[in-house]
Amino acid sequence: MNQILRPIGLLAELTHRCPLQCPYCSNPVELDRKSGELDTATWKRVFGEAAELGVLQLHLSGGEPTARSDLAELVVHCRAVNLYTNLITSGVLLDQPSLERLYDAGLDHIQLSIQDIDEANADRIGGYRGGHAKKLDLARRVVALGLPLTVNWVVHRQNIHNLGRMIDLAVEMGAKRVEIAHTQYYGWAFKNRRALMPTYRQTLDAIALVEEARKRLEGVIVIDSVVPDYYARFPKACVGGWGRRAINITPQGRVLPCHAAETIPGLVFDNVRDKPLSEIWLNSQAFNAFRGTDWMPDLCRNCDRREVDWGGCRCQAMAIAGSASATDPACSLSPFNATLRAMAEEDSAAEPDQFRYRRFGG
Amino acid sequence: MDALGPQSVPRLPRGVRLSHDQARDRWLLLAPERIFEPNEVALAVLRLVDGERSLQAICEELGRSYNADPALIMTDVVELLGGLVQKRLIET
Repeated sequence: MNQILRPIGLLAELTHRCPLQCPYCSNPVELDRKSGELDTATWKRVFGEAAELGVLQLHLSGGEPTARSDLAELVVHCRAVNLYTNLITSGVLLDQPSLERLYDAGLDHIQLSIQDIDEANADRIGGYRGGHAKKLDLARRVVALGLPLTVNWVVHRQNIHNLGRMIDLAVEMGAKRVEIAHTQYYGWAFKNRRALMPTYRQTLDAIALVEEARKRLEGVIVIDSVVPDYYARFPKACVGGWGRRAINITPQGRVLPCHAAETIPGLVFDNVRDKPLSEIWLNSQAFNAFRGTDWMPDLCRNCDRREVDWGGCRCQAMAIAGSASATDPACSLSPFNATLRAMAEEDSAAEPDQFRYRRFGG
Repeated sequence: MDALGPQSVPRLPRGVRLSHDQARDRWLLLAPERIFEPNEVALAVLRLVDGERSLQAICEELGRSYNADPALIMTDVVELLGGLVQKRLIET
């Protein structure tokens, strides 16, 4: 493979079933039903193909991946083909025997999402009563077992005031890593942006707070932060550049360059039921549509940052600029940047809407 | 966290693995959401980190392999592993 790099990470959405209903869920608004999910044998084949293709880290995600009864069996297989396994979980379904099965299967890492430090608010955001207490309990059991824990906080206007205490709680829990993930406004979060968008001031304060904590807690906890791009000067290199590093597979086996790629009309997604993963990675129309720099508008192609941010996010260009091959409107050089900013400012000043909870059937 | 000394016994904690990347023929340190490619020297050290050898033992073994003075090696090894402790990739 000369021009096309080998992928590094695979995000496997094992199922879209989930007991939580977070209004910023990264799953598509049209969720896959259980009846169409890939079976155990197909996932195993795909994981083997992924390892051969060069994938190093496998993210077992969903929905809620622990809703799959074959999860431990899949982890055993991943270890056998030398994939690093990361479980991305809401934590509310993992009883002690299930957790120990995953440990024995060789799971490398658990990433647990928590909605807020305030229990009532956390349960309200997740749309699942009692969820917060279960999450705290799981965190204790994960650390006691000796599995490395990352706590993932999705940050938005309804919890950003607690950001400092979120980091403190992750340290108290014994997490080795904490992720501050400012909400990315696609799919469900796009529907809910009037309830979720923080103000510019809140965003700046949050960035400063994370920088301070990172210095203070060096050697204690690793802090990673996903910066909110609505208020940024340059866009993020979404998925590390389209078709460069990452693969996303839906519960039904569609192979996507990013989890939101299905919001872009005209892309053709291949399915792992029909073709080997390597062939899809190399030849699928969807992966080649925005690979490299040839597809870029002049603004991006002539920019020094073209191989830094790879033109930013295609889905955001689609949603705001109306064209997936436009410069990401999060870029300050984009003609649509003012539109994006105005939207963010208006949404952040709005009276918070009722959440539109993530549910089957939208 | 104690400073690293000759009697420290470093180990890779659960969730950190030294792994051969078959597709690209290179060694990598895999960790939660992170991948590091050790240089030749770091790789030689990491291959001896097994949760049993002390720093002293690691340096003596490196001294034999590279025909060098273990005392001189110790400084470099402490600096290397100390950096990895800061990143939570090594524990003692």
